[in-house]
Amino acid sequence: MVNKIWGFFIVVGVIVCILTGKVDVLNNEILESTKSSLDMIIKIFPVMALWLGIMNIATESGLLNKLSNALFPILKKIFPEIPAGHESLSLIASNITANMFGLGNAATPFGLKAMKSLQELNDKKDTASRSMITFLVLNTSGVTIIPTTIISLRMMYGSKNPTEIVFACILATLISTIGGLIVDQILAKRR
Amino acid sequence: MIEQISNFIIPLLVLIVVGYGIYKKVNVYDVFVSGATESFDMVFTMFPCLLGMIFGINLFLKSDVLNYVFTLLKPAFDQLRIPTEIFPMMLLRPISGSSSLAILNNLYVSYGPDSFIGKLGSVIQGSTDTTFYILTLYFGSIGIKKIRYSLIAGLVADVIGIVSAILLVNAFLA
Repeated sequence: MVNKIWGFFIVVGVIVCILTGKVDVLNNEILESTKSSLDMIIKIFPVMALWLGIMNIATESGLLNKLSNALFPILKKIFPEIPAGHESLSLIASNITANMFGLGNAATPFGLKAMKSLQELNDKKDTASRSMITFLVLNTSGVTIIPTTIISLRMMYGSKNPTEIVFACILATLISTIGGLIVDQILAKRR
Repeated sequence: MIEQISNFIIPLLVLIVVGYGIYKKVNVYDVFVSGATESFDMVFTMFPCLLGMIFGINLFLKSDVLNYVFTLLKPAFDQLRIPTEIFPMMLLRPISGSSSLAILNNLYVSYGPDSFIGKLGSVIQGSTDTTFYILTLYFGSIGIKKIRYSLIAGLVADVIGIVSAILLVNAFLA
């Protein structure tokens, strides 16, 4: 699926640009995308290293285990295929917790480690497992309680009440998370 | 109030984790360094996926194909009383986090953060996440090639999020 979409993006993009006489833009963009992906990885890299280090302390000290034990009753229902006490549960728990506080930068390394850990349980290494997809849906629906970036942006542009949108954000994210999980369950059973 | 709380979250998190580590007699520095070392592997597996995605998405966005789609769908949106200005954001939110954030910036500049459009944009940005980015990053880092139904599930979650954002802003913040 990703193969088709990626191919579609490029073929359509190039053809339309040529037809509308924007070949210059195209040339520029082809070079520019290499630069922006490097910029992105350079921005992510140190933040990730930092949080992976901090998280390793939390793992060694048993703090992560405590967190996942607390969330286990819920996680067990959402991820029926993960055996009790498996490391991935505590990683998923920390990813969700970080996301809730709008700490996207901290959530990403937790999420990557959780995926790695889910891969250990996966029989077919090149195919996404059911738990992986459920975890992905949890992340794409963006379980946020405090949308930190938006609040600061609204402040920057002189909003009279920057936090006014928080309530609607929480409700919308709750609805999309629950909806996403239901769709995920239906699709998982169908195939 | 909330921004003050969120200012404290990260420092407190660091304090709790390191403090608890010391309390449990963990060699905190050694453990930190060995954890941080793992980031090298992750970055190296991530980079090709990220590059590919940015390349594909940017070429597509530069072609302005989406503008034609907007024109086609405009009558339907007028019927549903959804402001057309928000439309680019709705389509781009799952594809590119930085583009949709850029559009939100523009909406704030043109209409103000406290306008209906500004609020709607805030809620859409705040209540969903960039599906394509997460998919590329998470699956790319462990070498998953067959993603099965994950893109559909992720996109449906986005659509549900955007629709509920529109309904909620109409109901509570209009």
